[in-house]
Amino acid sequence: MSDSNLAHAHQFDDAAQQHEASWLGMWIFLGTEIMFFGGMFLGYTVYRGDYPAAFADASNRLDITLGTINTAVLILSSFTMALAVRSAQLGARRPLIACLGLTMALGAVFLGIKFTEYYQKFVEHLVPGGGFGLSGPLAGAEQIFFSFYFAMTGMHALHMIIGLGLLTALIVKARRGRFSVAYNTPVEVIGLYWHFVDIVWIFLFPLLYLVGRHLQ
Amino acid sequence: MSAGHVVSVKLYAAIFGTLLVLTLATAGAAFIDLGGSLNAILALLIAGAKALLVILFFMHVLYSSRLTWVFIGAGFFWLLILLALTLADVLSRGWLQAAVG
Repeated sequence: MSDSNLAHAHQFDDAAQQHEASWLGMWIFLGTEIMFFGGMFLGYTVYRGDYPAAFADASNRLDITLGTINTAVLILSSFTMALAVRSAQLGARRPLIACLGLTMALGAVFLGIKFTEYYQKFVEHLVPGGGFGLSGPLAGAEQIFFSFYFAMTGMHALHMIIGLGLLTALIVKARRGRFSVAYNTPVEVIGLYWHFVDIVWIFLFPLLYLVGRHLQ
Repeated sequence: MSAGHVVSVKLYAAIFGTLLVLTLATAGAAFIDLGGSLNAILALLIAGAKALLVILFFMHVLYSSRLTWVFIGAGFFWLLILLALTLADVLSRGWLQAAVG
Protein backbone atom coordinates (compact mmCIF):
# COMPACT_ATOMS: atom_id res chain seq x y z
CA MET A 1 0.00 0.00 0.00
CA SER A 2 2.82 2.40 0.75
CA ASP A 3 3.92 4.79 -1.93
CA SER A 4 6.72 7.04 -0.76
CA ASN A 5 6.35 9.23 -3.84
CA LEU A 6 3.07 10.70 -2.60
CA ALA A 7 3.09 13.82 -0.45
CA HIS A 8 2.41 13.28 3.24
CA ALA A 9 2.94 15.19 6.49
CA HIS A 10 6.25 14.47 8.24
CA GLN A 11 4.73 12.59 11.20
CA PHE A 12 3.46 9.81 8.89
CA ASP A 13 5.49 6.99 7.35
CA ASP A 14 3.69 7.26 4.03
CA ALA A 15 0.54 8.57 2.33
CA ALA A 16 -1.34 5.32 3.01
CA GLN A 17 -0.77 5.64 6.75
CA GLN A 18 -1.80 9.28 6.61
CA HIS A 19 -5.02 8.30 4.85
CA GLU A 20 -5.78 5.54 7.37
CA ALA A 21 -5.27 8.03 10.24
CA SER A 22 -7.75 10.52 8.74
CA TRP A 23 -10.22 7.76 7.95
CA LEU A 24 -10.14 6.30 11.48
CA GLY A 25 -10.16 9.79 13.03
CA MET A 26 -13.40 10.56 11.19
CA TRP A 27 -14.92 7.30 12.41
CA ILE A 28 -13.99 8.18 16.02
CA PHE A 29 -15.73 11.52 15.56
CA LEU A 30 -18.79 9.73 14.15
CA GLY A 31 -18.66 7.44 17.20
CA THR A 32 -19.07 10.52 19.41
CA GLU A 33 -21.91 11.63 17.14
CA ILE A 34 -23.65 8.27 17.66
CA MET A 35 -23.45 8.97 21.41
CA PHE A 36 -24.71 12.54 20.93
CA PHE A 37 -27.79 11.59 18.94
CA GLY A 38 -28.10 8.36 20.98
CA GLY A 39 -28.93 10.37 24.10
CA MET A 40 -31.86 12.04 22.34
CA PHE A 41 -33.06 8.74 20.85
CA LEU A 42 -32.93 7.27 24.37
CA GLY A 43 -34.94 10.15 25.84
CA TYR A 44 -37.49 9.80 23.05
CA THR A 45 -37.80 6.02 23.70
CA VAL A 46 -38.34 6.45 27.45
CA TYR A 47 -41.05 9.11 27.05
CA ARG A 48 -42.76 7.29 24.19
CA GLY A 49 -42.92 4.26 26.52
CA ASP A 50 -44.59 6.47 29.16
CA TYR A 51 -47.04 8.25 26.84
CA PRO A 52 -47.71 6.04 23.77
CA ALA A 53 -51.15 7.52 22.99
CA ALA A 54 -49.96 11.14 23.15
CA PHE A 55 -46.91 10.38 20.99
CA ALA A 56 -49.10 8.63 18.39
CA ASP A 57 -51.61 11.50 18.29
CA ALA A 58 -48.93 14.22 18.16
CA SER A 59 -46.98 12.31 15.48
CA ASN A 60 -50.08 12.23 13.25
CA ARG A 61 -50.01 16.04 13.23
CA LEU A 62 -46.73 15.98 11.25
CA ASP A 63 -46.92 16.14 7.46
CA ILE A 64 -46.11 12.61 6.30
CA THR A 65 -45.97 13.61 2.60
CA LEU A 66 -43.31 16.26 3.20
CA GLY A 67 -41.48 13.88 5.55
CA THR A 68 -41.38 11.10 2.94
CA ILE A 69 -40.30 13.49 0.17
CA ASN A 70 -37.53 14.85 2.43
CA THR A 71 -36.33 11.31 3.17
CA ALA A 72 -36.09 10.65 -0.58
CA VAL A 73 -34.29 13.98 -1.14
CA LEU A 74 -31.72 13.18 1.53
CA ILE A 75 -31.12 9.64 0.21
CA LEU A 76 -30.65 11.10 -3.27
CA SER A 77 -28.11 13.57 -1.83
CA SER A 78 -26.23 10.62 -0.27
CA PHE A 79 -26.20 8.98 -3.72
CA THR A 80 -24.72 12.11 -5.34
CA MET A 81 -22.20 12.37 -2.47
CA ALA A 82 -21.13 8.76 -3.11
CA LEU A 83 -20.71 9.69 -6.80
CA ALA A 84 -18.64 12.73 -5.75
CA VAL A 85 -16.25 10.49 -3.79
CA ARG A 86 -16.08 8.15 -6.80
CA SER A 87 -15.24 11.09 -9.12
CA ALA A 88 -12.53 12.24 -6.70
CA GLN A 89 -11.03 8.73 -6.60
CA LEU A 90 -10.90 8.71 -10.41
CA GLY A 91 -9.41 12.22 -10.49
CA ALA A 92 -12.35 13.55 -12.52
CA ARG A 93 -12.45 17.20 -11.49
CA ARG A 94 -15.54 18.44 -13.36
CA PRO A 95 -17.81 15.53 -12.35
CA LEU A 96 -16.52 15.96 -8.78
CA ILE A 97 -17.52 19.64 -8.67
CA ALA A 98 -20.87 18.84 -10.33
CA CYS A 99 -21.67 16.06 -7.83
CA LEU A 100 -20.66 18.21 -4.85
CA GLY A 101 -22.84 21.07 -6.17
CA LEU A 102 -25.77 18.69 -6.69
CA THR A 103 -25.35 17.33 -3.15
CA MET A 104 -25.41 20.90 -1.79
CA ALA A 105 -28.53 21.74 -3.83
CA LEU A 106 -30.35 18.66 -2.51
CA GLY A 107 -29.26 19.52 1.04
CA ALA A 108 -30.71 23.01 0.53
CA VAL A 109 -33.98 21.52 -0.77
CA PHE A 110 -34.16 19.34 2.36
CA LEU A 111 -33.65 22.37 4.62
CA GLY A 112 -36.24 24.37 2.61
CA ILE A 113 -38.87 21.64 3.09
CA LYS A 114 -37.90 21.40 6.78
CA PHE A 115 -38.35 25.16 7.10
CA THR A 116 -41.82 24.89 5.52
CA GLU A 117 -42.76 22.21 8.06
CA TYR A 118 -41.47 24.29 10.97
CA TYR A 119 -43.48 27.26 9.67
CA GLN A 120 -46.66 25.14 9.56
CA LYS A 121 -46.05 23.98 13.14
CA PHE A 122 -45.73 27.59 14.32
CA VAL A 123 -48.93 28.55 12.47
CA GLU A 124 -50.77 25.58 14.02
CA HIS A 125 -49.47 26.45 17.52
CA LEU A 126 -47.73 23.09 17.89
CA VAL A 127 -44.54 24.60 19.34
CA PRO A 128 -44.09 23.66 23.02
CA GLY A 129 -44.42 26.50 25.50
CA GLY A 130 -46.96 29.10 26.58
CA GLY A 131 -48.76 29.32 23.25
CA PHE A 132 -49.19 25.57 22.75
CA GLY A 133 -52.51 25.12 20.95
CA LEU A 134 -53.61 21.63 21.99
CA SER A 135 -55.65 21.03 25.11
CA GLY A 136 -57.07 17.98 26.82
CA PRO A 137 -55.55 15.18 28.87
CA LEU A 138 -52.83 14.39 26.32
CA ALA A 139 -51.64 17.99 25.78
CA GLY A 140 -48.83 17.87 28.34
CA ALA A 141 -47.27 14.74 26.88
CA GLU A 142 -47.83 16.05 23.34
CA GLN A 143 -45.64 19.02 24.24
CA ILE A 144 -42.96 16.50 25.20
CA PHE A 145 -43.28 14.88 21.76
CA PHE A 146 -42.94 18.23 20.00
CA SER A 147 -39.97 19.12 22.25
CA PHE A 148 -38.23 15.97 21.00
CA TYR A 149 -39.36 16.72 17.44
CA PHE A 150 -37.84 20.19 17.43
CA ALA A 151 -34.70 19.21 19.36
CA MET A 152 -33.90 16.17 17.18
CA THR A 153 -34.81 17.63 13.77
CA GLY A 154 -33.19 20.92 14.83
CA MET A 155 -29.88 19.26 15.72
CA HIS A 156 -30.13 17.25 12.52
CA ALA A 157 -30.74 20.44 10.51
CA LEU A 158 -27.74 22.09 12.23
CA HIS A 159 -25.60 19.14 11.09
CA MET A 160 -26.93 19.64 7.55
CA ILE A 161 -26.01 23.35 7.64
CA ILE A 162 -22.48 22.48 8.84
CA GLY A 163 -22.37 19.88 6.04
CA LEU A 164 -23.24 22.58 3.48
CA GLY A 165 -20.31 24.64 4.80
CA LEU A 166 -17.96 21.67 4.48
CA LEU A 167 -19.18 20.98 0.92
CA THR A 168 -18.58 24.63 0.01
CA ALA A 169 -14.97 24.28 1.20
CA LEU A 170 -14.59 21.07 -0.84
CA ILE A 171 -15.90 22.77 -4.01
CA VAL A 172 -13.44 25.67 -3.53
CA LYS A 173 -10.56 23.19 -3.09
CA ALA A 174 -11.72 21.06 -6.02
CA ARG A 175 -11.86 24.11 -8.30
CA ARG A 176 -8.25 24.88 -7.32
CA GLY A 177 -7.32 21.35 -8.35
CA ARG A 178 -6.28 20.20 -4.86
CA PHE A 179 -7.66 16.68 -5.30
CA SER A 180 -6.26 13.90 -7.42
CA VAL A 181 -6.26 10.12 -7.80
CA ALA A 182 -3.47 10.05 -5.21
CA TYR A 183 -5.01 12.51 -2.73
CA ASN A 184 -8.76 12.82 -2.12
CA THR A 185 -9.07 12.11 1.61
CA PRO A 186 -11.05 15.28 2.48
CA VAL A 187 -13.78 14.39 -0.04
CA GLU A 188 -13.91 10.87 1.36
CA VAL A 189 -14.18 11.79 5.08
CA ILE A 190 -16.69 14.62 4.52
CA GLY A 191 -18.64 12.06 2.51
CA LEU A 192 -18.68 9.89 5.64
CA TYR A 193 -20.07 12.82 7.63
CA TRP A 194 -22.80 13.47 5.04
CA HIS A 195 -23.86 9.81 4.98
CA PHE A 196 -23.92 9.74 8.79
CA VAL A 197 -26.32 12.69 8.87
CA ASP A 198 -28.44 10.78 6.32
CA ILE A 199 -28.51 7.73 8.64
CA VAL A 200 -29.69 9.87 11.58
CA TRP A 201 -32.62 11.00 9.41
CA ILE A 202 -33.33 7.40 8.34
CA PHE A 203 -34.14 6.69 12.02
CA LEU A 204 -35.81 10.06 12.75
CA PHE A 205 -38.31 9.61 9.91
CA PRO A 206 -40.11 6.46 11.21
CA LEU A 207 -39.79 7.48 14.89
CA LEU A 208 -41.26 10.96 14.41
CA TYR A 209 -43.59 10.65 11.40
CA LEU A 210 -44.83 7.06 11.36
CA VAL A 211 -45.55 6.29 15.04
CA GLY A 212 -49.33 6.51 15.03
CA ARG A 213 -50.48 6.31 11.41
CA HIS A 214 -52.04 2.85 11.86
CA LEU A 215 -54.19 4.17 14.72
CA GLN A 216 -55.78 6.99 12.71
CA MET B 1 -8.25 0.09 3.92
CA SER B 2 -10.69 1.91 1.71
CA ALA B 3 -8.30 3.99 -0.41
CA GLY B 4 -8.45 3.09 -4.01
CA HIS B 5 -11.57 0.93 -3.93
CA VAL B 6 -13.80 2.41 -6.60
CA VAL B 7 -17.42 1.26 -6.46
CA SER B 8 -19.29 1.08 -9.79
CA VAL B 9 -22.03 3.61 -10.57
CA LYS B 10 -24.32 0.64 -11.23
CA LEU B 11 -23.93 -0.65 -7.65
CA TYR B 12 -24.44 2.83 -6.16
CA ALA B 13 -27.60 3.23 -8.26
CA ALA B 14 -28.89 -0.19 -7.13
CA ILE B 15 -28.33 0.79 -3.47
CA PHE B 16 -30.06 4.12 -4.06
CA GLY B 17 -33.04 2.37 -5.69
CA THR B 18 -33.30 -0.13 -2.82
CA LEU B 19 -33.22 2.72 -0.28
CA LEU B 20 -36.07 4.50 -2.12
CA VAL B 21 -38.17 1.32 -2.24
CA LEU B 22 -37.59 0.72 1.48
CA THR B 23 -38.59 4.33 2.25
CA LEU B 24 -41.90 3.93 0.39
CA ALA B 25 -42.40 0.49 2.01
CA THR B 26 -41.96 1.85 5.54
CA ALA B 27 -44.26 4.84 4.86
CA GLY B 28 -46.91 2.51 3.36
CA ALA B 29 -46.65 -0.13 6.08
CA ALA B 30 -47.17 2.54 8.74
CA PHE B 31 -50.85 2.85 7.70
CA ILE B 32 -51.56 -0.87 8.14
CA ASP B 33 -52.41 -1.92 11.71
CA LEU B 34 -50.16 -4.91 12.34
CA GLY B 35 -51.21 -5.14 15.98
CA GLY B 36 -49.20 -4.77 19.18
CA SER B 37 -45.77 -3.27 18.71
CA LEU B 38 -45.23 -4.94 15.32
CA ASN B 39 -45.59 -1.59 13.51
CA ALA B 40 -42.72 -0.11 15.54
CA ILE B 41 -40.59 -3.24 15.15
CA LEU B 42 -41.08 -3.35 11.36
CA ALA B 43 -40.32 0.39 11.03
CA LEU B 44 -37.08 0.00 13.02
CA LEU B 45 -36.07 -3.14 11.09
CA ILE B 46 -36.50 -1.28 7.78
CA ALA B 47 -34.59 1.75 9.15
CA GLY B 48 -31.82 -0.60 10.33
CA ALA B 49 -31.62 -2.25 6.91
CA LYS B 50 -31.40 1.16 5.21
CA ALA B 51 -28.68 2.30 7.63
CA LEU B 52 -26.74 -0.91 7.00
CA LEU B 53 -26.86 -0.38 3.21
CA VAL B 54 -25.61 3.20 3.59
CA ILE B 55 -22.80 2.14 5.97
CA LEU B 56 -21.61 -0.86 3.95
CA PHE B 57 -21.76 0.62 0.43
CA PHE B 58 -22.03 4.45 0.47
CA MET B 59 -19.55 4.66 3.38
CA HIS B 60 -17.30 1.94 1.88
CA VAL B 61 -17.16 -0.01 5.14
CA LEU B 62 -17.56 -3.29 3.25
CA TYR B 63 -14.15 -2.57 1.68
CA SER B 64 -12.52 -1.22 4.86
CA SER B 65 -9.94 -2.63 7.24
CA ARG B 66 -10.86 -4.81 10.22
CA LEU B 67 -9.65 -1.93 12.41
CA THR B 68 -12.39 0.28 10.94
CA TRP B 69 -14.97 -2.40 11.77
CA VAL B 70 -13.73 -2.45 15.38
CA PHE B 71 -14.04 1.36 15.63
CA ILE B 72 -17.61 1.33 14.26
CA GLY B 73 -18.54 -1.69 16.36
CA ALA B 74 -17.29 0.11 19.48
CA GLY B 75 -19.49 3.12 18.67
CA PHE B 76 -22.63 1.02 18.29
CA PHE B 77 -21.71 -1.15 21.29
CA TRP B 78 -21.65 1.91 23.55
CA LEU B 79 -24.99 2.99 22.09
CA LEU B 80 -26.33 -0.46 22.98
CA ILE B 81 -25.07 -0.07 26.58
CA LEU B 82 -26.73 3.35 26.80
CA LEU B 83 -30.08 2.03 25.56
CA ALA B 84 -30.09 -1.42 27.21
CA LEU B 85 -29.01 -0.43 30.72
CA THR B 86 -31.29 2.63 30.88
CA LEU B 87 -34.31 0.74 29.55
CA ALA B 88 -33.57 -2.15 31.93
CA ASP B 89 -34.19 0.35 34.71
CA VAL B 90 -37.11 2.30 33.20
CA LEU B 91 -39.06 -0.71 31.87
CA SER B 92 -38.75 -2.70 35.10
CA ARG B 93 -40.01 0.06 37.44
CA GLY B 94 -43.62 -1.08 37.09
CA TRP B 95 -42.68 -4.58 38.22
CA LEU B 96 -41.36 -3.28 41.52
CA GLN B 97 -44.52 -1.26 42.22
CA ALA B 98 -46.64 -4.29 41.37
CA ALA B 99 -44.65 -6.45 43.79
CA VAL B 100 -44.85 -3.89 46.60
CA GLY B 101 -48.58 -3.52 45.91
